[in-house]
Amino acid sequence: MTTTSEPKTTDKRTNTLVSSDKAGAAVDRGFAALAKFAGIFILIILAFVALFLSWNSGGALYQEDEGLIIGRFLNYAWPFALGTVVVAVLALVMSAPVAIGVALYISHYAPPRASKTIGYIIDLLAAIPSVVYGAWGMFVLAPAMVPLYRWLNQWLYTWPQENLGFGIPLFAGSPGLGQNIFTASVVLAVMVLPIISSVCREIFIQTPKLHEEAALALGATRWEMIKMAVFPFARAGVISGIMLGLGRALGETMAVVMVVSGLGFQWSIISAGNSTIPREIALNFGETAPNSERWHQLIALGLVLFIITLIVNMIARWIVSRHKEFSGAN
Amino acid sequence: MSKSITAKDLNVYYGDFLAVEGVNVEIAARSVTAFIGPSGCGKTTFLRTLNRMHEVLPGARVEGQLLLDQDDIYGPGVDPVTVRAMVGMVFQRPNPFPTMSIRENVLAGYKLNGARLSRSQSDDIAESALRGANLWEEVKDRLDQPGSGLSGGQQQRLCIARTIAVKPDVILMDEPCSALDPISTLAIEDLIAELKEQFTVVIVTHNMQQAARVSEKTAFFNIAGTGKPGKLIEYDDTATIFNNPSNEQTERYVSGKFG
Ligand SMILES: Nc1ncnc2c1ncn2[C@@H]1O[C@H](COP(=O)(O)OP(=O)(O)OP(=O)(O)O)[C@@H](O)[C@H]1O
Ligand SMILES: [Mg+2]
Repeated sequence: MTTTSEPKTTDKRTNTLVSSDKAGAAVDRGFAALAKFAGIFILIILAFVALFLSWNSGGALYQEDEGLIIGRFLNYAWPFALGTVVVAVLALVMSAPVAIGVALYISHYAPPRASKTIGYIIDLLAAIPSVVYGAWGMFVLAPAMVPLYRWLNQWLYTWPQENLGFGIPLFAGSPGLGQNIFTASVVLAVMVLPIISSVCREIFIQTPKLHEEAALALGATRWEMIKMAVFPFARAGVISGIMLGLGRALGETMAVVMVVSGLGFQWSIISAGNSTIPREIALNFGETAPNSERWHQLIALGLVLFIITLIVNMIARWIVSRHKEFSGAN
Repeated sequence: MSKSITAKDLNVYYGDFLAVEGVNVEIAARSVTAFIGPSGCGKTTFLRTLNRMHEVLPGARVEGQLLLDQDDIYGPGVDPVTVRAMVGMVFQRPNPFPTMSIRENVLAGYKLNGARLSRSQSDDIAESALRGANLWEEVKDRLDQPGSGLSGGQQQRLCIARTIAVKPDVILMDEPCSALDPISTLAIEDLIAELKEQFTVVIVTHNMQQAARVSEKTAFFNIAGTGKPGKLIEYDDTATIFNNPSNEQTERYVSGKFG
């Protein structure tokens, strides 16, 4: 009899481990829910943007009276897509090495006080509005670049053209006032510099002392230590920083609108002309009637920009995820 | 190759704080010397001055002379990089480079010399260093796997292999077994006994049995109180330090009556 009743009492007995620390557990669950909500929220916004762009792009690809007009749209869009990519890539090529160098100087070379000051100044660069950059690019940088453009034009286009029969088309044409996409990319390079360099600086500083000392104790110079311990550790972070910068450069509107003058595509990057997607949209969107083909075209251009950014991010993720087992995360 | 170490009136400062004062010591080539003493007495600090690794710590500086055979490593015009290539160091926590494979870890020091190695040369170097660190049998089939995938004890032996691959004259070890289990500890102690055939080994340890097992000479450091500098109290044959020390502080410390 006693043997049958005993299990019953153990069943009834409340497990003292259950529901201890209730408050803490609730907070934990709360945060988990919040994080989940935030994640889903971002996805929803992204989905809405994509949906809005796709839906309204339709008119650029198909019109009832004419049928499919994809060819016309592509014909219209490709110079802007190309211009956007060229400007952004040029900006990064100029900016990334400098930004990484500055970040390294701050994190591993400069005396502590100097590095604080320099870091502060770099961060200030990020706070300057793009209109100001645009104005600076238009009035100061563009005229200052003209001699360089003349030189490039002389030696990479005119001279080979006359003597070899072929000049590099990138440097054809008259520089005029210097308001071209090369100047724009220099302005963008300065604009993205603080973004890339502050991300890199944070990552460089976090390099484990353990690994830096391991390299130094093997007889590494400071630069060798950086190659051995800092760069491998920071690789993913540096790529993320560059992608952040690229995102900014791809989407920047105001500075490009102000710096680049002239319309129409041409192969030269040093004479007036060419445009980017954001510039084209900003200059024209206010003046087109909603739901006209032009309006649809501009939205479709936005979609193209959106896709370019997605592709860029996917490539970045792919680069970061290669050699994952060597990332030091384990 | 193996070199002796001589410290003459060595003081070590962190900024204005005198951390270690007036060390005079002569460490013979091809020997194992243990540094023992209570926490904070400056064992690590002094050890790092033996290959100028203290210079990476902010404010740390040294007064006095430190001779490697006859050459003062603090002499004018001496590059710390040269010193560190001759005096290798193994740290308390295993620190293989996480982005490198086992093989690359072992060859890391070689790469620094800019030596262009053929595949077979580098294979030979990696194998002999890993054999020297008693790790070869365990990793020979996965040399291209990341070094961070090894156990803690294996990682520590990998770090030792990395250090001996460049053939230094002196190997410094700062509590190399404090993060390891007894079996791995024994493996490393055996290894130290072999290393002294070729290298001068200096080891910091909190484990007195370990000091007694592996070392020929022992240096006992002590500190008079917080904020006071650490000093070398007694330096003698290990047997003498543990059985018949001449200083009363040493006696109290090795017999466990400290504090
Ligand atoms: N980077 C540093 N900056 C300033 N003071 C330091 C630094 N490192 C150590 N010290 C001080 O120097 C003294 C000696 O420290 P050290 O690390 O050499 O002791 P230790 O004998 O190795 O101790 P443990 O056995 O705990 O490792 C201590 O008072 C410590 O606070
Ligand atoms: Mg220590």
